[in-house]
Amino acid sequence: MTTQPILDVSGLTMDFGGIRALNTLDLDVNNGEIVALIGPNGAGKTTFFNCITGIYTPTAGDIWLTPPGGGKKISLNGLKPNQVTEKGLARTFQNIRLFSKMTVLENVMIGRHCRTKAFIFGAIFRNKATLQEEQGILETSYAILEKVGLANYADEFAENLPYGAQRRLEIARALATEPLLLLLDEPAAGMNPQETIGLEHLIKQISREGQAILLIEHDMKLVMSLSDRIFVMDYGKKIAQGTPLEIRENPAVIKAYLGEEVDA
Amino acid sequence: MGLLKELKKGVLISLWFVFLTFPVMVIKVDPIARTVVWRWANALYMAVGTFFIYFLVQFFLRKKENRKETNDSKEQTLSFIHRILQDRLQRNILIGVVAVVAVFFPQFLSAYQTNVMTTALMYVVLGLGLNIVVGLAGLLDLGFVAFYAVGAYTYALLNLHFGLGFWAVLPIGGLIAATFGILLGFPVLRLRGDYLAIVTLGFGEIIRLILENWGQFSKGPSGISNISRPGFFGIEFSLQSSIIYTYYLMVLLVLVTIFVVNRLQDSRLGRAWIALREDEIACQAMGIDKRKTKLVAFSLGAFWAGIMGVMFAAKTTFVNPASFTFLESAIILSIVVLGGMGSIVGVLFGALILILMPEYLRALSQYRMLAFGAILVCMMVFRPQGLISNIRRTYTFKKKTTSSLCR
Ligand SMILES: Nc1ncnc2c1ncn2[C@@H]1O[C@H](COP(=O)(O)OP(=O)(O)O)[C@@H](O)[C@H]1O
Ligand SMILES: [Mg+2]
Repeated sequence: MTTQPILDVSGLTMDFGGIRALNTLDLDVNNGEIVALIGPNGAGKTTFFNCITGIYTPTAGDIWLTPPGGGKKISLNGLKPNQVTEKGLARTFQNIRLFSKMTVLENVMIGRHCRTKAFIFGAIFRNKATLQEEQGILETSYAILEKVGLANYADEFAENLPYGAQRRLEIARALATEPLLLLLDEPAAGMNPQETIGLEHLIKQISREGQAILLIEHDMKLVMSLSDRIFVMDYGKKIAQGTPLEIRENPAVIKAYLGEEVDA
Repeated sequence: MGLLKELKKGVLISLWFVFLTFPVMVIKVDPIARTVVWRWANALYMAVGTFFIYFLVQFFLRKKENRKETNDSKEQTLSFIHRILQDRLQRNILIGVVAVVAVFFPQFLSAYQTNVMTTALMYVVLGLGLNIVVGLAGLLDLGFVAFYAVGAYTYALLNLHFGLGFWAVLPIGGLIAATFGILLGFPVLRLRGDYLAIVTLGFGEIIRLILENWGQFSKGPSGISNISRPGFFGIEFSLQSSIIYTYYLMVLLVLVTIFVVNRLQDSRLGRAWIALREDEIACQAMGIDKRKTKLVAFSLGAFWAGIMGVMFAAKTTFVNPASFTFLESAIILSIVVLGGMGSIVGVLFGALILILMPEYLRALSQYRMLAFGAILVCMMVFRPQGLISNIRRTYTFKKKTTSSLCR
């Protein structure tokens, strides 16, 4: 009872018409951990993210979120994406989905939305509480930009950022929602080796601050060096789980990967 | 590209235009003498004119492209208006000039001109309202006129049956229209883009058809007349002074609307609207309640339309369903698009140009609407982003101020 996992998913199943994209999947993430979810293309990793964040409604399965430090267990089943984010799951997208006509700073400020309150009245009358809140949004957002190394770009339109910086901005935006668990969907995809090293440092730094992370990634070097535990899936099924060392030696994993092209 | 190829294209386009305008420009039927006059000279003018305009357009497009290439590395090219608005002194001078013109307008110009200006100002407010829905939240609404109608009929009916005055109904009309905004919002929450446009279009027509056919309720196509003009603490005005009073009232309403809309778009809510416009899924994933945000956009937009509806009924003292056709929605939408989506200054210009231009094009008599259409086409060709494009908003907050620049 003392160490409940932050995220506890059991029996998650997702059917698209006749295709079973997720098949009774179990997965858990403990507080402070970096957990990787790997598998060949089309294995169902992104679908898993979409199911637990409320973008898809899974066919079956339970998703539980437990705030660390003895918080009460919350069921995420049937919640809308914004409610899931409010409860503490925040994600990035495999295909970058920034608000391209907003500035970098504004993108992060959007992340603060679910932690702030001002509404029509506050917007029009700008009472003291609203002004303070707005100030807080700006300060927090700017601090997060500094953390991910994008402060110089604060006033640039998001669409004008280089590719690697856009991926970082996605992380910054997700961090702004103060997640219990950060979900990263292939954050290194399309990055050059240098950018990937920078990303590795960033993820390590965020993790050191106590942030739990669930990571989907194809870059095996990155996965092996970052993760505490790894889940491997293929055709919607979990085929292995364990420490990086165990996974490296697991015959089922080797077979799944040898059947496919490994993009290292 | 080869000059010859360009020439050939120019000739073909001119011929096409001659063909298109043939029935209007060349054939003239004299119904009394029962003869057809063939004005071949017109076809020639048309051909030559189109040919030249085509090359003029090509020339400017080239120039624009070249400029883009050379300026690409620099800051985004600011428009003239932006430059003025960013300089504090120039901005204050501009505001001063506009204020003086606005205050003395009715003194120096005729009642007719004042009336036209009042109408233009009404469209400014309508445009600003629709701008919340289309420009900020990115929800293409083709039935905006429905809320305008709701406001107008709210006043007309309350005035007719209960004798309620303008000032009492002004907020009521706004709130009822806002309620209708929510009613429309619910069924279209899941729709976007084209689908949303079609449903809202249908909604606008439904409201108009109800007003037209439910005679007991709305007096049908003949409409409701003798609606009270706006009063001032019980004082009744003569027609002349009422026109002037209405004008100043409109100026005041425009100022209030600009103030409120500016604050709205520059807030947590305004950012949520823009995020919703940019990417709905990412927006939700960042914790924004899509339903709530959309409904608020619909209802706030409708609110301003409702208020203007009340104003319209009070100004013309007569309403009938014919005032609320799809064309009205199209004009208001054009104001937003032409001015620049999401830009308050843009909507201001858009409304003034779109409403005043047809008035001042009367000199061209029967070619008025043709010229109007041509100007619209040209503007959209040369500035697809609208007159005033969206400006990047920068925040200076370390000095403990949350100021932000105009959009
Ligand atoms: N919205 C959808 N409709 C139908 N099939 C889908 C949908 N989303 C994903 N799939 C299918 O689910 C499978 C898993 O896809 P995905 O989760 O994107 O894989 P991964 O992220 O592991 O590469 C694929 O076969 C894909 O075609
Ligand atoms: Mg994927």
